[in-house]
Amino acid sequence: MSAAVSLRDVHKRFGEVEVLKGVSFDVAPGEVVAVIGRSGSGKSTALRCVNRLETIQSGEIEVHGRRVDDPQLDLRALRRDVGMVFQSYNLFPHLTVAENITLAPRRVRKTPQAEARHIAVEALARVGLSDKIDAYPEQLSGGQQQRVAIARSLAMEPKVMLFDEVTSALDPHLTGEVLKVMEALAKGGMTMLVVTHEMAFARRVADRVIFMHTGKVWETGAGEMLANPQTPELREFLANGL
Amino acid sequence: MGGFTLVHFVYLLQATLWTVVLTVLAFGLGSLAGFVVMLARTARTRWIRAVSMIYVDIIQGTPLLIVLFLIYFGLAVVGIELPALLAAAISLMIYCSAFLGEIWRGCVQSVPRTQSEAAECLGLTRWQTLVDVILPQAMRIATPPTVGFLVQVLKNTSLASVAGFVELTRASQVINNSLFQPFLVFGIAGALYFALCYPLSRLSRALERKLNVGRRQPA
Amino acid sequence: MRYKFDFGALVEHWPEFLSGALTTLQMTAFAVVFGLAIGILCAIGRRSASPALQWLCGFYVETIRNTPYLIQIFFIFFGLSSIGIKLPILVAAVLTLVINVGAYTAEIVRAGMDTIHPGQIEAAQALGLSQPQIYWDVILRPALERVYPALTSQFVLMMLASSITSQISAEELTAVANNIQSFTFRAFETYIVVAVLYLLLAVLLKLAFYGFGQIIFPRRRRLGTAL
Repeated sequence: MSAAVSLRDVHKRFGEVEVLKGVSFDVAPGEVVAVIGRSGSGKSTALRCVNRLETIQSGEIEVHGRRVDDPQLDLRALRRDVGMVFQSYNLFPHLTVAENITLAPRRVRKTPQAEARHIAVEALARVGLSDKIDAYPEQLSGGQQQRVAIARSLAMEPKVMLFDEVTSALDPHLTGEVLKVMEALAKGGMTMLVVTHEMAFARRVADRVIFMHTGKVWETGAGEMLANPQTPELREFLANGL
Repeated sequence: MGGFTLVHFVYLLQATLWTVVLTVLAFGLGSLAGFVVMLARTARTRWIRAVSMIYVDIIQGTPLLIVLFLIYFGLAVVGIELPALLAAAISLMIYCSAFLGEIWRGCVQSVPRTQSEAAECLGLTRWQTLVDVILPQAMRIATPPTVGFLVQVLKNTSLASVAGFVELTRASQVINNSLFQPFLVFGIAGALYFALCYPLSRLSRALERKLNVGRRQPA
Repeated sequence: MRYKFDFGALVEHWPEFLSGALTTLQMTAFAVVFGLAIGILCAIGRRSASPALQWLCGFYVETIRNTPYLIQIFFIFFGLSSIGIKLPILVAAVLTLVINVGAYTAEIVRAGMDTIHPGQIEAAQALGLSQPQIYWDVILRPALERVYPALTSQFVLMMLASSITSQISAEELTAVANNIQSFTFRAFETYIVVAVLYLLLAVLLKLAFYGFGQIIFPRRRRLGTAL
């Protein structure tokens, strides 16, 4: 079976600084992969390369058979297939929750207004925020905003979802509600690539964990690897937290 | 119809000097009046605040040109004939007082309330609090918009030409009336205004950027 | 000073005052619509990737903002007629207003666009929106909502500045006043009446802009907070 996402020897530089030094890994359809590592290890950059928010210097990236590094790539088609949730939620502050969710279906897929509203209702139900459909982002807590951001992404029915440290900006007591939504998505069979600092989540929910260090994939394995690290770098990382 | 000669250019430069004189006069007088307006707008007495607010609203809601007409033509009918320079300077002073007063009020009120509370706890009088504590802080914030407003004043001195005062705009009109080369003559006049205003605009923006950078750090 | 005020002499001129005020309002309306359009295009131009376009828009904005409106009027009105383009005076007057207010609008709109966080644009890209869609839905709309108060005060100032077009005899409120006072010799009274009329126009405009803002910015209407 072909991979949902695959990276082959990906190199990425910001000016003089090489942040990805030959990164390779696959994500199978329906698989949940957690990417962990220190800040600066390149894990977020790797994620951002997958939906081409960043372009790479060399190597290959494929999403469901589509070459992401191809200059002729149909970017919008790629992004229809790949949803992304950000650390800072990035909800549109001037739009209601419903409008945030329906913006892309209406603009990109030309879904009629009434049908789009229906999509919003369903997406909100999946993240448990049906009663907030007409609220504005500033009326919601951080955790609620992040759940809306997940719903916004779900509304485009992506084949793969990318999560970029989605709980890092949240107060500790609000992370649980977001992780619960993500866990439900994982159980529902969504293909997920999750950059995270939540070790408990990685261990419990992820099918596979990738530890990145200095721009390389350093160690990879099932969730149990976190209990039994093979490299001194992962051991140190787990001992010192971030 | 002759061409534009050095004589014309020297004439424009002399007129530019009068534009600068009028600007300095208007801005100087306007700053004094604006300071009073600022004090009145932040006064403790309610009716002083109300009266000064009405004054600001009226001036900001009336075209400067109409103010000038009232002072120059209106007062003449009433029997007070002012020289054009003075009439223009007074009109611009009134205009400045309302806008500067309002700009400075905003700056004074943006100094945290705890500052004046702390000063009063130390036994400073209200005036001492203002001069020693509030104003030094407010002035940093006030400098960029004040320089920006100076550009407005400089441009608005062109209205003095309507009262016949020979500053840059009036001088360019006079030359154009004899040469009939409006693009050239008003183009040069515009360039002279630009040469005066643009550095000030840049300075205002640079000061503002510096202020924003300085203010971002402690947060 | 033994001057006797007499506003009575002006009463019979009320239709002229009214028509002058209406002309001022019409000029303002045209200038707001076209000035806003130019301002938005220019703000986008200044953020574009093309250095030529950036320079051109920057040149326009800085030139207009650093020269007096009266000089701009003379340059455009007398300049155009010197090369044989004789526009009706009101058209020329509105043209100068549009060019003038367009530059101020551009600067305000650009400042608004600069407040849009890059993350907003990334989120829209990740959702698959096209560049024009991102510009409209994610940059321009919230930017305009954010700078709406500054924008509308600029439009009120422009309405007041339109009095300067009286210098090329555009028949707006100030020119009407000039005629009436030369006819009645009641300069003081005439200009006081006109000052009051301008104040009323300014209040009217502010109310209209407020109401319009409530309609086009539902978030503002419902929450009453600044974006």
